[in-house]
Amino acid sequence: MTDEARVDWEAVIGIETHVELQTASKMFCGCPVSFGAPPNTTVCPVCLGLPGALPVPNEAAIEGILRIGAAFGCELVSYSEFHRKNYFYPDLPKNYQISQYDLPLCVNGSVEIETDESSSTIGITRVHMEEDTGKSLHVGEGGRIADADHSLLDFNRSGVPLVEIVSEPDIRSAAEARAYGSEIQRIVRSLGVSDARLEEGSMRFDANISVRRRGDEEFGTRTEVKNVNSLRSLQGAIAFEIERQVRVLEGGGSVVQETRHWNEATGVTASMRSKEESEDYRYFQEPDLVPLEVDDAWRERIVASLPELPSARRSRYRALGLDMINAGLLVDDAALGSLFDDAVAAGADPAATANRLTGEVVAYTRREGVGVSETALTADHLVELGTMVTEGDLSATAAKDVLAGVLAGEGMPRAVAEQRDLLQISDLGVIEAAVESVLAEHAEAVERMQGGDMKPVGFLVGQVMRATGGKADPKAVSELIRSRASSET
Amino acid sequence: MPVDIDIAKVAKLARLELSAEELERYGAQLGDILEHAERVQALPTEGVPPTSHPLPMTNAFRSDEVTGSLDRDDVLAAAPDADGPYFRVPKILGEEVEGDNG
Ligand SMILES: [Zn+2]
Repeated sequence: MTDEARVDWEAVIGIETHVELQTASKMFCGCPVSFGAPPNTTVCPVCLGLPGALPVPNEAAIEGILRIGAAFGCELVSYSEFHRKNYFYPDLPKNYQISQYDLPLCVNGSVEIETDESSSTIGITRVHMEEDTGKSLHVGEGGRIADADHSLLDFNRSGVPLVEIVSEPDIRSAAEARAYGSEIQRIVRSLGVSDARLEEGSMRFDANISVRRRGDEEFGTRTEVKNVNSLRSLQGAIAFEIERQVRVLEGGGSVVQETRHWNEATGVTASMRSKEESEDYRYFQEPDLVPLEVDDAWRERIVASLPELPSARRSRYRALGLDMINAGLLVDDAALGSLFDDAVAAGADPAATANRLTGEVVAYTRREGVGVSETALTADHLVELGTMVTEGDLSATAAKDVLAGVLAGEGMPRAVAEQRDLLQISDLGVIEAAVESVLAEHAEAVERMQGGDMKPVGFLVGQVMRATGGKADPKAVSELIRSRASSET
Repeated sequence: MPVDIDIAKVAKLARLELSAEELERYGAQLGDILEHAERVQALPTEGVPPTSHPLPMTNAFRSDEVTGSLDRDDVLAAAPDADGPYFRVPKILGEEVEGDNG
């Protein structure tokens, strides 16, 4: 049963999204940010929490978070501070994480999302800056055998700039949660501040979920689901949790406020037993860091630096007549989208160009395992190809072959068409002769047409196309056959 | 004015194991500090902007440049325990996931 199937219950969901920024150096030290470096090779006294080391904030990371906040339409506050969040965990070498508490850099934004059923506005409570932790490897991971009562630690990730985006509890279904997650990912990627790859952990979600009787004002008791590392699991974990909570409540029980762990393999959430007292992070101002001030000039510069955001691009593409799917594909793949923009600016037909890009071109890049910018394809190619088709020099089928040739680096479309002998026969006399000879061979079909049964037309067109090696314009052939049939009645 | 403080809880949160005698001694000392803070809090501060940092300074940034890291062998040599390229630490208790499928 889906969450939507429970008509008398309503889910209330808020999502915390963590995004690692891909700056050159870490948040508070000069160690490089590099995914996949050998364990414990990008560490220094600051990110290892050695005594006496002092943090200094990375300006590029602050720029990055301000751009993220601005993309959500947040207020970029004029005064902000870092706090220490105190807790004990082996991957946190200082025993506190530098984070932000009551004075985050960005507040009160929103994001528009769309699902198959609905479109809605999800509030963004806050966006704050913090640092990532190291990584614990448990038994068996990393190809090493540690004994059962020890963990192994890699601090390369410790101190990587981390942005936390906190949504309002405005999300009402698992499908909306997924749409929200993917829109956040799109926005962050469009800003170029992070590759936001869930499978590599540079983007991570925690979801707070509760259910209430439809119409109730008060929120139910919530649970928090962690360890969600794909959009599919975000949707799956939330759908599972809504179902579980409804079942508990309908069975007369009550939901326990707790953290639950999503198990990708089994598709269930399970309670994480914690010996920790109730969460008490004893936040206090980070004495090693001075406050942050964002003035109007900085704020204006940040806003002016924003690219066209995914939602704006999507509406622009829809206004050009593209369907949801094509518009979405062009928004999701920045290189594909900019190729489309260039081609359309140079006069290419939007719908036909979008179909080519999202059809043959995407199929080609997936097959070859390359990005579109690594192919030979340019906007000029797309413009010339489009013109050749509209002017009747190429059939739709031949256009696909020509595009394949262009992608393979064979040159401009006209040259490829000539080289591959794909140009349509423009000499009407040649086509007429081919039609004549096919009609002469199929007298029975001609008779049927003369009797008013036009069914054989398709067959006859096929015969002419075959006779001309596919180079006749099928529309012209069809017209010729129809006019011959009627002229002989 | 005495300030009520749960010194045992504070010690537990800070992962400090204190004897009953230490709890009493540090509890009293921490109480004194908090009492002092209470006295300061009683001062008339209307119109005085809150000071969170003593330095008259904001936006002390560094530019985004890689300045290098430590040598792994040196780093691991300073640790109590290591295993190959990793630090080795006792496993945290209380993290097991319960077999509760709801
Ligand atoms: Zn470092």
